Amino acid sequence: MCLGVPGKVVMISNENRTALVDSFGVPRWVGITLVPDVEVDDYVLVHAGYALEKIDEGDAEERIKLWDEVLEVEEEK
Amino acid sequence: MGKRILKKEEEERARLLMYRDRQLSRRILQRVKRKGQELREKLGKSPVFMEVCGTHTVAFSKTGLRKALEDLIDLRSGPGCPVCVIDYGDMDKIIALSRLENVTIGTFGDMFRVPGSHSSLEQEKALGSRVKVFYSPSDAVQWAEKNPCHQLIFIGVGFETTAPMVALSLQEAEDKGLKNFSVLSLHKLVPPALRTLLTDCDLKVDGFILPGHVSAVIGREAFDFLSQEFSTPGVVAGFEPVDLLGAIDNLMGQMLEGACQVDNNYTRVVRDQGNRTAQRVIKEFYDVVEKSWRGLGNIPYSGLDLKEDLKKFDASKRFPVEISTPNIPQECRCEDVLTGKIVPHQCHLFGKECKPQKPVGTCMVSPEGACGVHYQYDNN
Ligand code: SF4
Repeated sequence: MCLGVPGKVVMISNENRTALVDSFGVPRWVGITLVPDVEVDDYVLVHAGYALEKIDEGDAEERIKLWDEVLEVEEEK
Repeated sequence: MGKRILKKEEEERARLLMYRDRQLSRRILQRVKRKGQELREKLGKSPVFMEVCGTHTVAFSKTGLRKALEDLIDLRSGPGCPVCVIDYGDMDKIIALSRLENVTIGTFGDMFRVPGSHSSLEQEKALGSRVKVFYSPSDAVQWAEKNPCHQLIFIGVGFETTAPMVALSLQEAEDKGLKNFSVLSLHKLVPPALRTLLTDCDLKVDGFILPGHVSAVIGREAFDFLSQEFSTPGVVAGFEPVDLLGAIDNLMGQMLEGACQVDNNYTRVVRDQGNRTAQRVIKEFYDVVEKSWRGLGNIPYSGLDLKEDLKKFDASKRFPVEISTPNIPQECRCEDVLTGKIVPHQCHLFGKECKPQKPVGTCMVSPEGACGVHYQYDNN
């Protein structure tokens, strides 16, 4: 039930605090009250028709890099 | 120009999809297996890890990781599927509401087939009740606006993740001046359930895989009590294969090093202190109250009721219904499944009298229930 789907903010309607979010090709208007500082081009996690939180892409990339480093060292052993 | 934008988008997507990358998952799996062997030698048995999120239950099975790791970890499901922990009395109340004149029940799809004492919403619909499944509570508000002659009662189930969304839909209904929209709030809170589990249950859990999206709302720090008060480590995790393996790797690592803390492996979404706006919304709309959980009984401060000043939206106040004492199927062992005491196939009805097509308990009927998930993906 707590499923969340990532998507990219394409357009923001400030009037009713909604945003058009593109989830890997599927567009949908979602509520953005819970992520007040969201901007166009940000990635958000959508749950039950509302953006629940922003996705930190830089962090996503960092963690994958970290895995690569750790695994490389281990696999060389 | 257009091309460059597309390329940028592709790169961004690829970055998020790396968490599903097979090659990377396979490499982490090898590492987890090595650590698992070491840990088993150290402990003389497999460690018991518990996931407390229905979405994790599904993800572990669907990705095949539950099977791939079964020799190394004893993976249990906890009370993390909100539909599974619905009390029989509450389900009976929903069914009684669905029988009222002029009422339409709005609900998430997961609730449709959940059995109460004698019936389900699915059965009631076949008998003429009006039940509508919505993806979002906001869609339910829009439906109510278009159908002013119907009273729409939205069933507010779910944990901290869903509660703010339902609150915001009430705000929408208020802004639109709707008089035909109300909510039956059955929302529950995860930390008090874990506390009860750790206090009352004889099961020794060695580590918790914590629900990523509940944590996005309440923050990693809300689970610090696990290590501080119960000396049990935990890790907040996402839902892709790399996330799941990373969580197991983290817990095994902590046990091997003798560490005990609550870590956040899902930092791309979860902040240490959570989403303050969502927390404020919850505070503004709900009171924290005692709720009854299937499998765990009454737990103080474990659920959310709408605040007194919202009573015009509160279905429990606007449509009071009487129900008789719930009739609970004696042989169903959902209670033990939900507290991790048994794994689904240890229930002797599993796969025989109880199947997804003909479920006896909620753990079989919910798409995220441990019994249903095991039956669908892990049953050979
Ligand atoms: S298999 Fe069916 S009867 Fe047994 S615990 Fe699960 S839901 Fe209940």
